[in-house]
Amino acid sequence: MAPRTLYDKIWDDHVVHQGEDGTCLLYIDRHLVHEVTSPQAFEGLRMAGRKVRAPEKTIAVPDHNVPTTLDRANAATMTEDSRVQVATLDQNARDFGIHYYPVSDVRQGIVHIVGPEQGWTLPGMTVVCGDSHTATHGAFGALAHGIGTSEVEHVLATQTLIQRKAKNMKVEITGSLRPGVTAKDITLSVIGHTGTAGGTGYVIEYCGQAIRELSMEGRMTVCNMAIEGGARAGLIAPDEKTFAYCMGRPHAPKGAKWEAALAYWKTLFTDEGAHFDKVVTIKGEDIAPVVTWGTSPEDVLPITGTVPHPSDFTGGKVDAAARSIDYMGLTAGQKLTDIKIDTVFIGSCTNGRIEDLRAAAEVLKGRKIKVKRAMVVPGSGLVRAQAEEEGLAQIFIDAGFEWRLAGCSMCLAMNPDQLAPEERCASTSNRNFEGRQGYKGRTHLMSPAMAAAAAITGHLTDVRELMGETV
Amino acid sequence: MEKFTKLTGIAAPMPLVNIDTDMIIPKQFLKTIQRSGLGKNLFDEMRYDREGIEIADFVLNQSAYRKAEILVAGDNFGCGSSREHAPWALLDFGIRCVISTSFADIFFNNCFKNGILPIVLPQDQVDVLMADARKGENARVTVDLEAQTVTTSDGRSFGFSVDPHRKHCLMNGLDDIGLTLEKAAAIDSFEAKATTLRPWA
Ligand code: SF4
Repeated sequence: MAPRTLYDKIWDDHVVHQGEDGTCLLYIDRHLVHEVTSPQAFEGLRMAGRKVRAPEKTIAVPDHNVPTTLDRANAATMTEDSRVQVATLDQNARDFGIHYYPVSDVRQGIVHIVGPEQGWTLPGMTVVCGDSHTATHGAFGALAHGIGTSEVEHVLATQTLIQRKAKNMKVEITGSLRPGVTAKDITLSVIGHTGTAGGTGYVIEYCGQAIRELSMEGRMTVCNMAIEGGARAGLIAPDEKTFAYCMGRPHAPKGAKWEAALAYWKTLFTDEGAHFDKVVTIKGEDIAPVVTWGTSPEDVLPITGTVPHPSDFTGGKVDAAARSIDYMGLTAGQKLTDIKIDTVFIGSCTNGRIEDLRAAAEVLKGRKIKVKRAMVVPGSGLVRAQAEEEGLAQIFIDAGFEWRLAGCSMCLAMNPDQLAPEERCASTSNRNFEGRQGYKGRTHLMSPAMAAAAAITGHLTDVRELMGETV
Repeated sequence: MEKFTKLTGIAAPMPLVNIDTDMIIPKQFLKTIQRSGLGKNLFDEMRYDREGIEIADFVLNQSAYRKAEILVAGDNFGCGSSREHAPWALLDFGIRCVISTSFADIFFNNCFKNGILPIVLPQDQVDVLMADARKGENARVTVDLEAQTVTTSDGRSFGFSVDPHRKHCLMNGLDDIGLTLEKAAAIDSFEAKATTLRPWA
């Protein structure tokens, strides 16, 4: 057999049917569902008198709308339409018999954090969710991508998806990262390099020493933002770290099944000499802590840089850059470290895991914030519980952060956690689009350590300047 | 789903690149549990001010483009979230076709599921269509899916490619689920085989 990429292998093992024109029916192993993109799909099933084909492979959790304040059990904290959406998911989970983690369950959290945490996401699987950041699960060597509501309905009814194969792209990060540089800086730097449309039509496989050296959580951060580079999915070949992460999780296989799974998972790598349609290579040591200055995730610069001038760009990007600079209330040529910050948000499916909270807490320990408000929103109830046990919660609280309950929160501001017009936020989330975190709100994306540094100084800051200092 | 065969209509120019789904339909409108009624909030934050008053210079607020059925847009249209509310909002407003040099993958897919035709053309042809769209309401663009052509108001015609399966579904208004369920036997046998090969999955 010709050498195959990791993507080729997973794809081949899931083709149910291939049409003459190359359109395939792909089997789906795990379907994750949340309250925002699913009501119309369940309604469609009901109207057609259809059932969920594989309820045992379907997992639902409310995350986008749920309030993250401690009083969220009180229905009054939700607007009526949000409450209806969550109640609709409750009802659909019950009616169709799918796995469900309600708001009251300690395991509730952001769907992309809950899936891996509970062992639903495993190497070699196909995973879909009506959410673009499904790419996150690619960190396990699972083929994972976001789908729209019509496709959610299609998967519910048939456990398959109609797909055409994407092209293969290899993104190699060679060498090691320098101190203060994290998975978030890798993934933002890749997007800065390829542009937000650079990955369109591709599935990316991230590889190289710097990727291998990342923890599973770091790898999830990298794959999470594959979509921001336009890619259909991001993949990282599973290795010992992956297997160790999966072992013992509630829904991971046990005993003989575990051994069989492990033997299969060890075949999941790109063969020597397999073909990639595009290759991008970045030196790990060249990556600096980065922040975004504009309103597209491709607007990335090292923190040591300055706000660009629209004339630095070409084509449609000239106008887009001018619009971004204006929207963000910046001046071309301004030093990034001179940009004052009002609010800090640490959380989201990109950076709401325990290691993210540890990284931020390490910077915050013994210090006080200088911004107007700062909040930590753990990615799941279990992350929150662990952070409390490790004493991280106290560090955040002592520094002046609000310590919240799990959910998407200010990543997309569908719940009450929103920016006011022109409020400027250092955020560990994944999108800096206009209005994303609130009407006319201004978002700078960065790593948890960098967000913590901004919280302490009140302006965008190179976290390396705060590292190693005794406080 | 409504069939798409041929469309002659007003094309609105939106040259901005990277128009994302948060711009197309901001999240506060995702709280609905229905598909309809989103047209009034299409491009909400670009179209209205905080008081809900129309912003006069936004293209779809100009009298020439209020009945636009086609959008000619900058690169990477529809990037961002997977929300199908974006094509639902476009459709509800009356947009049946979007033309750009490139689209984000999920948005592109979602269009076909809702009877909207996204067309990819090279930059120089998009430039011609953009200039044509700027002429206003008398400049009608014709999109012929059968022939796979887009024709400007002054008769310049460009061919485009489209996936044959998607073309078939769009032209006949077919629902994918029905088609896939015809292959239920293949799904059954795949599942039986997969349970032996990967019993943990
Ligand atoms: S945390 Fe943000 S990006 Fe992730 S699923 Fe929630 S809203 Fe989407």
